[in-house]
Amino acid sequence: MKVAITGMGIISAIGKTVEENYNALVTGQKGISTIENFHTVHKDVIKVGEIKLTNSQLEQLLGLSPDNNYSRTDMLGAYAAKKAVEDAGISDMNDSRSGLISSTSVGGMDMTERFYYEYFEDEACQKYISSHDAGDSSHKIAEYIGLEGFVSTISTACSSAANAIMMGARMIQQGKLDRVVVGGTDALAKFTINGFKTLMILSDTYNTPFDNNRKGLNLGEAAAFLVLESDELVQKTNKKVLAYVSGFGNANDAYHQTASSENGDGAFLAMEKALKIANLHPSHIDYVNAHGTATPNNDLSEGRALIRIFGDNTPEFSSTKAFTGHTLAAAAAIEAVYSVLALQNNIIFPNLNFVTPMEEFNLIPQTTLKNKEINHVLSNSFGFGGNCSTVIFSKN
Amino acid sequence: MKGCYINGMGIVSVQKTFDSEFLSEVIVNETENVLYAQQPSYKEMIPPAMIRRMAKGVKMGIYASTKALEEAGIEIPGAIITGTGMGCVEDSEKFLKAILDNDEQFLTPTSFIQSTHNTVGAQIALGLQCKNYNFTYVNGAVSMETALIDAKMQLDNDELTNVLVGGIDETSSHTLELFKLTQIIKKEEDKPYSVLNSNSKGVVFGEGANFFALANTPNDTTYAKIEDVAIYSALQPEQVANFVTEFLKANNLAISEIDAVVFGNNGDVTHDGYYNVSSTIFNETPQVFYKHLSGEYNTASGFGLWLAANIMKQQQIPAIVKMNGLQKDSYKTILLYNQYLGKDHSLILLKNAKA
Repeated sequence: MKVAITGMGIISAIGKTVEENYNALVTGQKGISTIENFHTVHKDVIKVGEIKLTNSQLEQLLGLSPDNNYSRTDMLGAYAAKKAVEDAGISDMNDSRSGLISSTSVGGMDMTERFYYEYFEDEACQKYISSHDAGDSSHKIAEYIGLEGFVSTISTACSSAANAIMMGARMIQQGKLDRVVVGGTDALAKFTINGFKTLMILSDTYNTPFDNNRKGLNLGEAAAFLVLESDELVQKTNKKVLAYVSGFGNANDAYHQTASSENGDGAFLAMEKALKIANLHPSHIDYVNAHGTATPNNDLSEGRALIRIFGDNTPEFSSTKAFTGHTLAAAAAIEAVYSVLALQNNIIFPNLNFVTPMEEFNLIPQTTLKNKEINHVLSNSFGFGGNCSTVIFSKN
Repeated sequence: MKGCYINGMGIVSVQKTFDSEFLSEVIVNETENVLYAQQPSYKEMIPPAMIRRMAKGVKMGIYASTKALEEAGIEIPGAIITGTGMGCVEDSEKFLKAILDNDEQFLTPTSFIQSTHNTVGAQIALGLQCKNYNFTYVNGAVSMETALIDAKMQLDNDELTNVLVGGIDETSSHTLELFKLTQIIKKEEDKPYSVLNSNSKGVVFGEGANFFALANTPNDTTYAKIEDVAIYSALQPEQVANFVTEFLKANNLAISEIDAVVFGNNGDVTHDGYYNVSSTIFNETPQVFYKHLSGEYNTASGFGLWLAANIMKQQQIPAIVKMNGLQKDSYKTILLYNQYLGKDHSLILLKNAKA
């Protein structure tokens, strides 16, 4: 059973509205830059997908009082969730059984790393201690959009938001909720910058997904949320449906805590499950929004999994991470928004920065903007712990 | 009859629960404001080199999950769904401290790659070579309950025949210090600590791993049937009675049909008012409490579920967890209610599997 998407909200390095994101995608404007919002010793050797708004600008944008204890992750999430709810034309979140399933990997880590020792010296910053855990961020988002009831958070690293969409869709399908706001949020933090740096998978220049000479990823920050609603609620309110979640699958690679298996077992299984639930044949997929982080390991593993699913007929595929950077737990949510935009506009967004085909196979991503009738988009997201997720979005 | 049955359980807690009879060796603490989990021997389950590298939460999770699966006779579960409030704080702290103390230099990746919230679920999958569905919920005190809701939906929908569900939370020194600073954890001068009739703010903190092997059919080892689970983000104390009665109504039950109710009282004077339903709607119901044995942590409600499932199987309430003097001849229906800091309210309804 398909689940209707009735609203979307997003903030990323390429824009703070759906329109701004779309315009950047179609004009090839990437949001990768040098980090400005906080100091890191790696400043000059990495590039990031940073949202060029300071925390105080975000506070203003959200209308928060000075004594608030929102972390940057919370602010990005609250902003995008609110936009999604507005887009869906909802005036009262609690007029139906509504839920929020958010996701984050760092939660309030940006504040924790700032005040880690200072907490013991300065009482003023202690308000952020309770902002550290992931669940707190979802509570803030729920409060900000005026939602009471089912509030949950998923954290499965870089597949988190795909799993939030999955759980949300399942709850609608099984009649547990009438409406659910699903998505993810993650702010840039020293913690993740240094983490990926020690794994030696950060590029020192613009990331180049699926290129033979790819050097790694650019980290990014973003938040995006979708509003999912039951058919009954859509009919009752005569609401415009943007697209549908038609299939989803999660599988575990069970290969290594951080590396993906060589033949992409987890990715293959996730795509296979999603196609089965959507009741679609691989040939029905018109566009694949790949995970495509531009790390040597991911793109090889994902590419092999794509070949296992699609054989010689892989549809046009691209990774939009050259635009936004890898936004971790939020990645699948922003790419869900891009997948819906692809369906709405019958357009395929380019995989920027690609030059040289990979030597292991002859998969060539779509490198230019392409107009094409699009009915089904398959979106992949894979995370640490072998967590592999696929969501399929459909026009009808 | 199809349903959601607890067929196996595994637990690592502050008490010696891992290799002894149900509550046979428990100690009630009144003097420590942080309780650390009693660690079983891991060497039968985990290679020695890995034991040294793994954080406590991962080890506790592997131990408890192995026990639960063994008892239920499940080799590879259809899904692994975990819940954790704070995640892998030990490795997170280790990595963050290294970043700050060394000005972002000379770092090694081990603690970073083990710091993600889904590490326990991932390591269980890796150990079992289980390529199935693998989710981790991280939403404070309903982390494990959301995992149960997810598992139950997939069993009810015939997508799966069995699922491994677990809640894990570990303590770590810096986070504990921060919790003392903000009086999440009780002050030293408030000793002796008690969970009932406490006059002080904060909780006695604990840690543990509680795993449940669930299946859609009962077997010889079945403890109880999970009939329903509900969560609610935030309530006022006076709204709890309504939350409970609406939930029972949805399950066609009257208060009088509840044979025992398990409360999550943790001795925090500012929030234990949420359990006032014990003296109103549940004043004639046998009552159970457990956080004097488990300590408080985001997935401590897993200890409560372990306790309730044991009560159901043994058909009696041990004296040490009795909150009032009432008892019944048989326990067919048990309700659990928990909340933390006025947020993340949960209800779990258990039925006797044979009923």
